[in-house]
Amino acid sequence: MDLSKVIQIAWKGLNRNRLRSLLTMLGVIIGVSAVIIMISVSTGTETTIKEQIQGLGTNLVFIQANFSRGGPGPEQGRSTGGLVYDDAFAIANEVNGVTGVSVEQGSSQQVKVGSVDIADVSILGTTPDFPQVRGMAVANGRYFNQAELDRKQKVAVLGASLASELFGSTPPVGQAVSVGNTTLTVIGVLGAKGLTSGVDYNMVLFTPITVMFQKFTHNEFDRMFGNHVRVIYVQVESQQKMEDIIYQIELLLVKRHKVTLDSPDFVIRTQEDIISAQEATSAAFRNLLGWVAGVSLIVGGIGIMNIMLVSVTERTREIGIRQSVGATPNDIRWQFLTEALLLSLVGGLIGVLVGIGGSWLFGALGEMRTVIAPSSILLAFSSAAAIGIFFGYYPANKAAQLDPIEALRHE
Amino acid sequence: MKQTSIIRILKLTKIYGMGDIQVKALDSIDLEIRKGEFVAIMGPSGSGKSTLMNILGCLDRPTSGRYFLADEDVSGLDKVQLAAIRNRRIGFVFQSYNLLSRTSALENVMLPMLYDRENNISEAEQHQRALKVLENVGLADRSHHQPQELSGGQSQRVAIARALVNNPVLILADEPTGNLDSHSGNEIMAILANLHAQGSTIVLVTHADDLAAYAQRIVRLRDGCIEYDQPNGHKPSTIGEKEENHGSI
Repeated sequence: MDLSKVIQIAWKGLNRNRLRSLLTMLGVIIGVSAVIIMISVSTGTETTIKEQIQGLGTNLVFIQANFSRGGPGPEQGRSTGGLVYDDAFAIANEVNGVTGVSVEQGSSQQVKVGSVDIADVSILGTTPDFPQVRGMAVANGRYFNQAELDRKQKVAVLGASLASELFGSTPPVGQAVSVGNTTLTVIGVLGAKGLTSGVDYNMVLFTPITVMFQKFTHNEFDRMFGNHVRVIYVQVESQQKMEDIIYQIELLLVKRHKVTLDSPDFVIRTQEDIISAQEATSAAFRNLLGWVAGVSLIVGGIGIMNIMLVSVTERTREIGIRQSVGATPNDIRWQFLTEALLLSLVGGLIGVLVGIGGSWLFGALGEMRTVIAPSSILLAFSSAAAIGIFFGYYPANKAAQLDPIEALRHE
Repeated sequence: MKQTSIIRILKLTKIYGMGDIQVKALDSIDLEIRKGEFVAIMGPSGSGKSTLMNILGCLDRPTSGRYFLADEDVSGLDKVQLAAIRNRRIGFVFQSYNLLSRTSALENVMLPMLYDRENNISEAEQHQRALKVLENVGLADRSHHQPQELSGGQSQRVAIARALVNNPVLILADEPTGNLDSHSGNEIMAILANLHAQGSTIVLVTHADDLAAYAQRIVRLRDGCIEYDQPNGHKPSTIGEKEENHGSI
């Protein structure tokens, strides 16, 4: 008996009880669409994170202070206790292949222009390399330069949204803005930029880091030791030179901080490091979701087995009739196995459609970004097929082993 | 005229049950049925006629003894081989028709060809052959009806068409009129008689004397043994007279 005939018979068998077939498929539909939707959500999240990290700039190296080394101890005569502003200049001047260095120190202040008054605006003290290193464009005016930084000139560059909130339609360049107790002059406005690592740079006020240290650090202690920075961003010439440059920076900082390479008081990471760390986290998350969805697929498979067993019992007479006219155990086995397989495949197909639609809906309605991975469709669909075979085999085998005489006598 | 034997059984024994309680349903039976014979197997319930019928129909295997169907020893065949024998050698007509529900008469008749592995019959030819046998039983116009749309007599005619479609060497009819009114029953018996006239070998299992009257030869079983094996003395017209009587009441 050829395959098309087998499929035809199985299809007729399912069609005879459409509602039941549909309900049986429901488990598989839910399982398959859950796999696709969940993977699309986690892939979407991953993509967003990746884009945000890439969005920081290109060919970046991040240097962060590492206090986990044990903290300053008197007997060690530790010199710095973290990164200082001067480290950034040393890197810029002494390491070859560095195209830009940017340091950031943040604070938040009340910002006022005339009657507009915004509380808790994030103020970021940076260096002139900032727009280049972080891949931001100046839309209007200009960014501050090294001379202004050195002279602690009270200038400000505004994020796009902040500029329009403060000044409306008035051109902001040349206007004064009061930040806390200090008045700064706006010299430029940045172009709009999306969220980067969860920070909305459109609502940030940028000022020379020297001004930041002098005017906006929180307390007296900070002001005294105020040249500490959290992160130094270093942009390097090319990806190929990255490793070499990182080594040079390490040597330089170790020398400046008077520590050893074995126990540095700083951590150097690249975008790739951060991305792969993020990926490991989201992969774990995705696997978890995958297992949850997988369990629902298995439940769907058990549903198929359940219904197929009922079906075999109900159709014992039919099996007997087929046997009496010459169906072999294999013919019967294939008939029921094909029915189970059809249930799971059609269920799988509907599940794929529901999954794609559901992912799209999630992306369109919710805040979540979804990216449908073709591999997840393949995975979900092939698991559905495997489950059809696995859970269909037992009922099919039971049908195949029925005794024709008993089967014919069955009411 | 020398006729080949269709059924030849030698010392056929069937024992049910295991251990201490054993029931000998058939006790060393010998029987030969030749090509073209119309034989009625009779006997009270428990006589072993159902067991014999199942073994003759290759639905069951004997505990011991030999069964030659058209000179082929089928007593040692396995399930798959028996299925092939049922498919191509035997046509069943059951008391309860045993048609697939929600399946057209035509498709029911095509069913044995579907399982015929040896002759790969094309779909078109299957249709043609099924239509032809349906025509022979007078149901050409009902080919697309489903069993629930057919009367009992029509259903049994579809079942006969299905039994005939693979040109079997043996037609096994098990109480074929048991579920039918006498009019439909006569129709069915007339079809069987007609098949016999055309040369088919028919074994009819029944407990009704008036049906057995159609047969040439009557084999009567009792307690698993053949009690009586004689040519039929009666004339099949008895059933016709009976029907006339019935009509006049």
